[in-house]
Amino acid sequence: MAIEVQESTQAKAPGRMGDKVFSTSSLVAGSLILAVLAAVAIFLVAQSLPAFLADPADVNDGQGFWTYVIPLVFGTIWAAALALVIALPFAIGIALFISHFAPRKLAQGLGYVIDLLAAVPSVVFGLWGITVLAPAVQPFYSWLVDNLGWIPLFAGPVSGTGRSILTVAVVLAVMILPIITALSREIFLQTPRLHEEAALALGATRWEMIKVAVLPFGRPGIISATMLGLGRALGETMAVAMVLSPSVIISFALIQSQNPTTIAANIALNFPEAHDLGVNVLIATGLILFLITLLVNSLARMVINRRKAFSGAN
Amino acid sequence: MSKRIEVKDLNVYYGKFKAVEDVSLTIEPRTVTAFIGPSGCGKSTFLRTLNRMHEVIPGARVEGEVMIDGKNLYDADVDPVLVRRQVGMVFQRPNPFPTMSIADNVLAGVKLNNNKMSKSDAEHLVEKSLKGANLWKEVKDRLNLPGSGLSGGQQQRLCIARAIAVSPEVILMDEPCSALDPISTLAIEDLIDELKAKYTIVIVTHNMQQASRVSDKTAFFNIAGTGEPGKLIEFDDTTTIFENPHVQATEDYISGRFG
Ligand SMILES: Nc1ncnc2c1ncn2[C@@H]1O[C@H](COP(=O)(O)OP(=O)(O)OP(=O)(O)O)[C@@H](O)[C@H]1O
Ligand SMILES: [Mg+2]
Repeated sequence: MAIEVQESTQAKAPGRMGDKVFSTSSLVAGSLILAVLAAVAIFLVAQSLPAFLADPADVNDGQGFWTYVIPLVFGTIWAAALALVIALPFAIGIALFISHFAPRKLAQGLGYVIDLLAAVPSVVFGLWGITVLAPAVQPFYSWLVDNLGWIPLFAGPVSGTGRSILTVAVVLAVMILPIITALSREIFLQTPRLHEEAALALGATRWEMIKVAVLPFGRPGIISATMLGLGRALGETMAVAMVLSPSVIISFALIQSQNPTTIAANIALNFPEAHDLGVNVLIATGLILFLITLLVNSLARMVINRRKAFSGAN
Repeated sequence: MSKRIEVKDLNVYYGKFKAVEDVSLTIEPRTVTAFIGPSGCGKSTFLRTLNRMHEVIPGARVEGEVMIDGKNLYDADVDPVLVRRQVGMVFQRPNPFPTMSIADNVLAGVKLNNNKMSKSDAEHLVEKSLKGANLWKEVKDRLNLPGSGLSGGQQQRLCIARAIAVSPEVILMDEPCSALDPISTLAIEDLIDELKAKYTIVIVTHNMQQASRVSDKTAFFNIAGTGEPGKLIEFDDTTTIFENPHVQATEDYISGRFG
């Protein structure tokens, strides 16, 4: 039997002092974040303006800014989306395995490995993509083109090096897998025991319990984790820049040698040689990337809020 | 349909710790049986062995037999999932699924069994179960709102509706009213009285008046000291237990002299 112990001492003065310190410091921290964000936004906009205002004939050999940026926007979103499609099922599967199926020892070990994976720098993933992954998957790509080439995604001609957008997507997927897995696992572990037992007592199998209690409860968390992963995939520079030899195209084909590149990789490749207006154009593409990320995040917020009443937070 | 439960020489363990020792009792169909006894004597533990919910706790195990209509629940060929579909359970704290609407909560167990239920069948079952749990009038206009938006007493009745929607043979209730106000408590006691026409009911309670109001039989459990296993001390008609108990410890407990 629980006996509620009421706080009997109402030490006023120190309590208020603590409150004040806490509220001031959190206010400062909060405004600091906003200020930094605003500074970044102002910098981006100010430096981008020349690119937007310039005569299209002067931008990138007369292409104009928008013709230049649209294939990059496509490549950025396409690569990140592919990475997410590959990573998400694995991440949720591994997280569920760790939280609900694995014996405790194994679960701890696995969790540790996943966390380590999150700490690997992206250059390393890039190197792995070029030297190991690309040659290894090339024969498989050839097979895909020969046998499933009628599906537009796998249309030929096949890349001879294996360095295609699909390879990039796999590298990105491996990179975002740890963060999505780690967060999902945390959330799955927090499913109230009460709800799990409710499902079991109704005659649910383990998997049915996960469908009824664990996944719906974790849904907002999975979405947030996915957004963090997506954010990393959208902004990833090194891995993409190293693996892809970019072309300026919009193409859904996954395994050809001509591939669209991403905004971040494009900036990294071209910035060292850029000058004058070229610099402004690259920064303007950065601004576009910033807006894409913002848009994706607000979409996720909307999805979460729409079902707020059913979130289990109350 | 409701069934007779016969428990024979049951020992219940959490790992090495023996929580309940050597319980044998028979629960008749269509009766209400109350489990009473001091905190920690193993009432919840024992209750959860009746639908094999005990074993979902890591390291927990059971020795002995629980026969429901002559079939031992703990035989090797018995699937615990099927046992739990026959023996429903209502927990101490109301636990509707927060991610589901009221109607979906009622249907949660049924949908596990068959997903292909027609819409009208589903609506019919929701209405029938909610009426059975005395909740229909209060929620019929908001079946699609989340179950977690109800009051505690309503949530508990929703859990009862969810349990009876799968038409179990037996319903186990672990202190179903301990988080509720007196009016919600009375509503649930009335409900138990109605449910007993169709189901075998076992209820754990700390409330002596409640035990004497709702139950036909009462089992008194006790514990010799911390670390000792809980034991069934006396099991008899409720009137006998409360008016004329045979064991001194029972009399001491119900008259409030210890516990
Ligand atoms: N998950 C668990 N792991 C280990 N020991 C447990 C667990 N749950 C209960 N016990 C122990 O088993 C014994 C019986 O507990 P149980 O919860 O069945 O008592 P109870 O009679 O229901 O008490 P209450 O009236 O307070 O609910 C206690 O000694 C308790 O500490
Ligand atoms: Mg208990």
